[in-house]
Amino acid sequence: MKIQKINAMTVLVLGLLLTFLSGCGAKQPAEQEAGMGIIPPTKPVSEYVQSDIVYPIDVYDPWEGFNRNMYVFNYYFDKYLFLPVVGGYAWIMPDYCEDRISGIFKNFGEIRNFMNNLLQLKFKATAVTTGRFLVNSTVGLLGMYDPASHWGMTRYKEDFGQTLGHYGVGAGPYLVLPIMGPSSLRDTTGLAVDAVVRSEVLDWALDDVDNKSNVRTAIDVMEAIDARHRVGFRYYQSGSPFEYDLVRMLFLEKRKMDIAK
Amino acid sequence: MRIKKKLQHVLLACSLLFATVCIGQAASYDYPISDPIEATIISTPEEAMAILPKKIRVKEYLTFDVFPDREVPEVFWYNEKLRYAVAYQKEKAPVIFMIAGTGAGYDSAKMKMMQRAFFQAGFHVVALSSPTHPNFIVSASSSGMPGDILSDSEDLYNVMEEMLERSKSKELIGDFYLTGYSLGGTQAAFVAKLDEERKVFNFKKVLMINPALNIYDSAVKLDKMLVDNVPGGMDHFNDFYTKLMANITESYVHGDFVDLSHDFFYSAYDAILTSQEEGKAVIGFSFRMSLANLLFTSDVMTKSGYIVPKNLELSSTDSLTDYNKVAFRGDGFGEYVANILYPAFKANEPGLSLREFVDRSSLRVIEDYLKKSNKIGLMTNVDDIILADGDVDYFKQVFGSRAKIYPRGGHCGNMAYKDNVAYMIDFFKIK
Repeated sequence: MKIQKINAMTVLVLGLLLTFLSGCGAKQPAEQEAGMGIIPPTKPVSEYVQSDIVYPIDVYDPWEGFNRNMYVFNYYFDKYLFLPVVGGYAWIMPDYCEDRISGIFKNFGEIRNFMNNLLQLKFKATAVTTGRFLVNSTVGLLGMYDPASHWGMTRYKEDFGQTLGHYGVGAGPYLVLPIMGPSSLRDTTGLAVDAVVRSEVLDWALDDVDNKSNVRTAIDVMEAIDARHRVGFRYYQSGSPFEYDLVRMLFLEKRKMDIAK
Repeated sequence: MRIKKKLQHVLLACSLLFATVCIGQAASYDYPISDPIEATIISTPEEAMAILPKKIRVKEYLTFDVFPDREVPEVFWYNEKLRYAVAYQKEKAPVIFMIAGTGAGYDSAKMKMMQRAFFQAGFHVVALSSPTHPNFIVSASSSGMPGDILSDSEDLYNVMEEMLERSKSKELIGDFYLTGYSLGGTQAAFVAKLDEERKVFNFKKVLMINPALNIYDSAVKLDKMLVDNVPGGMDHFNDFYTKLMANITESYVHGDFVDLSHDFFYSAYDAILTSQEEGKAVIGFSFRMSLANLLFTSDVMTKSGYIVPKNLELSSTDSLTDYNKVAFRGDGFGEYVANILYPAFKANEPGLSLREFVDRSSLRVIEDYLKKSNKIGLMTNVDDIILADGDVDYFKQVFGSRAKIYPRGGHCGNMAYKDNVAYMIDFFKIK
């Protein structure tokens, strides 16, 4: 029942997103140059950008208009909600406790790593991940501490987007998600799948807990705060007019390399 | 409590004095990297760095509306206000202003390092972005086109003066000090000169760190580093760019992406420099990166119509990718000066030649002032790659004993080295 509900929600959200995205291309410089009454610049794009070669900064981004809007939205979301909350959290919590909380969520994430290592038939990584999870969940007190790393068990981070990539699914269009930021169609699909699995596991783990839905919400919120707390990135902080382009390029390159590993 | 604090101060002073004596005696300088290109990129290995506090009392992401009436183009909406940071003491303390190098923001790695060092030494520390940084160009540059050092220094001075005026805790402000690295070092000297006329701060001491003697010549040198060292020449630039980006991505973590300045691009190259040529190309590339930002931003701010049509209003969501390609693949700083900056000045002074114009941004212009002004010190390296032959001798001749010349370190590579940090702090602490 639950699974169906979540899937229906995911499909609905994705569907809405896609409808919203269609026809969301950004205005391109060359088109704008050709506009009525526009005075051509000294070095026009139409002349200085060769259309027959692919530049390293070029990325398949048919929804650029939507994405750039979402990039702006995320800036405001960060500024007026997310970062103040994260700031409050960092202010209240001693660094030591922050690290323990991060550890717990990282440890919980090993389930995702396990599933995706297994799906990619990376057996050694799967075994190590299992070992990590067992050691850190017990000796490491639910992941508050990380004795596994001390004992040479490396963390193999894998998600379903990487699994898809591993089996040859391309990134598809670049996509800036609300709140979560840079992604691609493939990786967004991956996120949704990982989220469903996570939700089921959590559901199972909290089976005997009263007030289950409240506890779940608290966990979700905490995890989001912890994740944001660990990332130093701030939208527009670089001040560069090309920040969107560079983040896009670096993000997709990074994903490519993660998949190739 | 009081006594304990005082004791701490005395101890600190003693240890600093002791450190000076040691440096004075030590003939050897053990900064570990001998190659200037490597030093510039790798900077100081962690074990050789000065030990500085990890966490300090600092307000980051502060904003300041320099021109409340300015209508900022929509495409630069996020740069409407000047961003800066202040590390502050709880009691009355001297204030030190720091100016970042070309294209760098107030939060670049080098700025943060100096911020920690000066905070620990008991200063309020105000970190300012370079006037060549897009945020500064849009929010605080009066002309919208940096590069003329007199105008840039005036912009800096105005910002600092406004900050002081609007400060809500004036009772905590003591004497004023000033420093800057790279282009910021050169600007610091001009700001100090301006202060002799306007007398708002009466800076007690000013330290120029790895300054350019003539900013145009230094910039052209950096431009050439890219053009001359891309394997196979600039026609193969795309291949080089792709490879470089792959390297950067390798070390790129979402969270590290704070500024797009040199520190960021260099950070990818801690251990994987394959050759001198590649190293030079990386330095030239990161410089070019700043220039693409500068060129595009100034073009739009001044409506010069160089890359962007002068009567086109870009929106906050228009694609800028193609402009990046054009801005990136020109002749760098030389192109910017020749096509945007110099023409604007020539319009007012028809007889002005390009050479005359760029020579105005040389420290030689204020040579007399630098010679006789005992409060100004200089710190640089024999092998600084932005200097030409003879520049170091010139510095020695002008600054005499106020010039601290290290035998190696490249361009700003040794700034975080323990001896260098000790020297910086001593310079400001010892009367």
